[in-house]
Amino acid sequence: MSGGHVVRLRVNGVDHEAEVEPRLLLVDFLRVQLGLTGTHVGCEHGVCGACTVILNGDSVRSCLCLAVEADGGAVETVEGLGRVDDLDPLQEAFREHHALQCGFCTPGMLMTGIDLLRKQPLASDGEIRAGLSGNLCRCTGYQHIVRAIRASVEARDGD
Amino acid sequence: MEIEVRPGLIGARVQRLEDPRLLTGHGTYVDDLQLPGTLHLAFRRSDHGHARIIAIDTEEAAAMPGVAAVVTAADIADGVKPYRATSRMPDYHPTTLPVLAADKVRYVGEPVVAVLAENRYLAEDAAEQVAIDYDPLPTVIDPEAAAQPGAPVLHEEIGSNVILSRSFSRGDVEAALAGAPVRVAGRFRMHRKTPAAMENRAYLADYDQGRRALTLYSSTQVPGIVRDSLAEILDIPGNRLRVIAPDVGGGFGGKTPLYGEEVLVCHLARKLGRPVKWCADRLEDLTTTSQAFDEIVEAELACDGDGTILGLRAEVIGDIGAYSIYPYTAALEPVQVISFLPGPYRVPSYHGAVKGVATSKALTGAYRGVGRPISTFAMERLVDMAARELSLDPLEMRRRNMVRAEEFPYKTPVGLVWDRAGFMECLDGAAAAADYDGLRAEQARARADGRWFGIGLASYAELTGLGSRISAAPGMPVNTGTETASIRIDATGAVTAAFGIASHGQGLETTLAQVVAEELGVRVEDVEVVHGDSDAVAHSTGTYASRSTILAGGAATLSARALRQQVVEAAAHLLEAAQADIEVADGAIRVAGTDRAMSFPELAKAVFVEMGRLPRELREQVDLQVTKTYDPYFGTTAPATHLAVVEIDPETYRVAIRRYVVAEDCGRIINPMIADGQVHGGVAQGIGAALYEEVVYDDEGQILTASLVDYLVPTAAEIPEMEVLHLEIETEANIGGFRGLGEGGTIGAPAALANAVTDALAPLGIDIDELPVTPDRLFRLIREANKDEN
Repeated sequence: MSGGHVVRLRVNGVDHEAEVEPRLLLVDFLRVQLGLTGTHVGCEHGVCGACTVILNGDSVRSCLCLAVEADGGAVETVEGLGRVDDLDPLQEAFREHHALQCGFCTPGMLMTGIDLLRKQPLASDGEIRAGLSGNLCRCTGYQHIVRAIRASVEARDGD
Repeated sequence: MEIEVRPGLIGARVQRLEDPRLLTGHGTYVDDLQLPGTLHLAFRRSDHGHARIIAIDTEEAAAMPGVAAVVTAADIADGVKPYRATSRMPDYHPTTLPVLAADKVRYVGEPVVAVLAENRYLAEDAAEQVAIDYDPLPTVIDPEAAAQPGAPVLHEEIGSNVILSRSFSRGDVEAALAGAPVRVAGRFRMHRKTPAAMENRAYLADYDQGRRALTLYSSTQVPGIVRDSLAEILDIPGNRLRVIAPDVGGGFGGKTPLYGEEVLVCHLARKLGRPVKWCADRLEDLTTTSQAFDEIVEAELACDGDGTILGLRAEVIGDIGAYSIYPYTAALEPVQVISFLPGPYRVPSYHGAVKGVATSKALTGAYRGVGRPISTFAMERLVDMAARELSLDPLEMRRRNMVRAEEFPYKTPVGLVWDRAGFMECLDGAAAAADYDGLRAEQARARADGRWFGIGLASYAELTGLGSRISAAPGMPVNTGTETASIRIDATGAVTAAFGIASHGQGLETTLAQVVAEELGVRVEDVEVVHGDSDAVAHSTGTYASRSTILAGGAATLSARALRQQVVEAAAHLLEAAQADIEVADGAIRVAGTDRAMSFPELAKAVFVEMGRLPRELREQVDLQVTKTYDPYFGTTAPATHLAVVEIDPETYRVAIRRYVVAEDCGRIINPMIADGQVHGGVAQGIGAALYEEVVYDDEGQILTASLVDYLVPTAAEIPEMEVLHLEIETEANIGGFRGLGEGGTIGAPAALANAVTDALAPLGIDIDELPVTPDRLFRLIREANKDEN
């Protein structure tokens, strides 16, 4: 797909430049153009949160954001966290607490979780649940996800 | 003799082997596969509930940039055989399933025209330019009206919308009702639901012209069934047709049918010689993935003066949607409702009758729990209503009627057999865990304060891990009762275990590795589990119906035991010891009480490479690969009791769940962490069915819940903490002693919540007989109750 608009993006610390159509969604740019298929598309209308990435320090729905809107920005995706043999602490907590089943919502949950852990006190499980309420999971019933984030809050706060 | 006690792998909280790839974005779902030269498919779908197709104009679409082909029903008639779900069941009428609608459309979302283009954006652009001229026909929306003579008919060749009828009877229910001191009756309605897996359906077909071989990558739960079906429909032998379900983002039953889109991508890839991909968007998922739980149950329960159940009578109407789903048939859910309605109780006389009625809506099919969420909702409401008539506590009412330990095996009124399972243990376990008496005292205080505080119980039993004697759907010509495991130690000494199941969240790569590792004597991480691939074993179906642990676990046990025997035979010769002295554990082979040992790679080398180390006759006997098939023949009973405590906000009518307790008997647990997760997820979907989720069609057949803004999947803010009590009651119904637990959560929760909300509103005399019980429905019920009072 081309269309004359040049987009420059730093994704997980690597600079990319590409010519895109103005209507190209950020999530399609990441998945198709850059081959970063860890970010998933679940609804294309901003409800399910599977496509959540961090853009310039804030979590966003990459299905509601055009690639050209992100021009000049810095994007963090799940591929920028840990590796299979060296998981990031939040990924490790998800594994330890069985916070994923089919794994489809997981990248969005992780990026939302990272954003919450950076910015929110998350003093109660109610706050964690409110923070996660923009991300749907159909498998886990959320309990183990809340537990994984709770453990990460405790590790963060040195409890 | 000293017995070495080694902690067992079965029952251990083993970390999931599939997690690292899924956590790092390295899972591979169908849409993640990008093959060079792929054409992308988009559909122009029916926007009418029922209409005749007069004309289709594809000229403008075909001329759009990047468009490779525009395809209608007429264009595919030469390569796609018509198919329909057949059954040996009497009083059942199959319906032919069009891949693309030819003469008529029967629901909004039905595919009519397919557009292939260089990318999805261009394909959708062109699909919009297709012009279809329709002659609208009267829709049939209300299933009861649709069943009446004179209603507009969807399938003219059948002549009626009643696609199936069935009934079960035991004893003289009329006499039991006539003479009963207590009779309670209700009309229970559960509204249509959709599985809403987070990954939408996605298919990618790749045709190898040189080999004339087709590979379909499909987000299916049943690659084996899809392969076998496509072989017939497309006339390709199974050795040149492979169906792979890679990582699949949830299914919950919605990915168990064969879909027309799967047939079409295969046909077009073969015809055009290029890979063809289609990924549903959420609109397509909500309008075309199989839906469920759409039944009306009119039922009456008769009891003796002490609460003993005397008889149960029910008439059920199932709204099956526009076609009978392939291959399970539309009978799958409605018949299950009358099969399981008597629940875990002694019901001496019973009559249950069901009709499945076609309507101008999306097809219904399997969804987590299949029929039993509705049957449990109706029966558990009746049990509570009877308890109220008798001024008995609901807990006591259940104790008096539940099948007792000494009564197993117990034959239910429809001929199913409950084997020994923890019916009463679950009831008592849930009551004890929740401190039932304490909760009643708390309720009394809350009521004194004028608060709407309710406690609801729901008990049920299901039949899991069905063997070959019991069909997953009545009369269906597909065997779902066996499972094969093929385990081998290759020339490098590595262990691969191949299965016909298709894990899509259940963690079977881990739990089956635990079973193989335990039985073979290796470490869990040494076992590579292959699944979700029709080439893995000769015959397979997939993962559904709470079957995989029991069936694949059984096949794994049989195969691994036979393979271990081969290892022992070879090692005894190589280590010059008696077979009885060979120990295999943690991937090492030892002679007991000595320092003589060898590794699996050393063994494999001796067997496969270093000729001369084994005598010729032993080499032919020991090839380090075993394939065994397991058939549990009947099924295994899995009971549970759910207990919900709710409080209703008197201003917003929001139902807040204060406590949620599940006591369930899942037999021997392989991995407690995964068992918890299965229950949590099932309960969350049951809470959705009880309080939030509803597919709504208007009178014209337009679907009003075609986005996740309108179709409410519960979030972390709505789902409470759950307390789960696993009771591991022994069973001999299958080789591993396992019981299925994938669906149970969804079966118990709607009933428990309906009873809890009814209990909360007891001061107003409101009975919940319709689910989901949304704030809107509660508002109307409470307003009506207050009107009656004034």
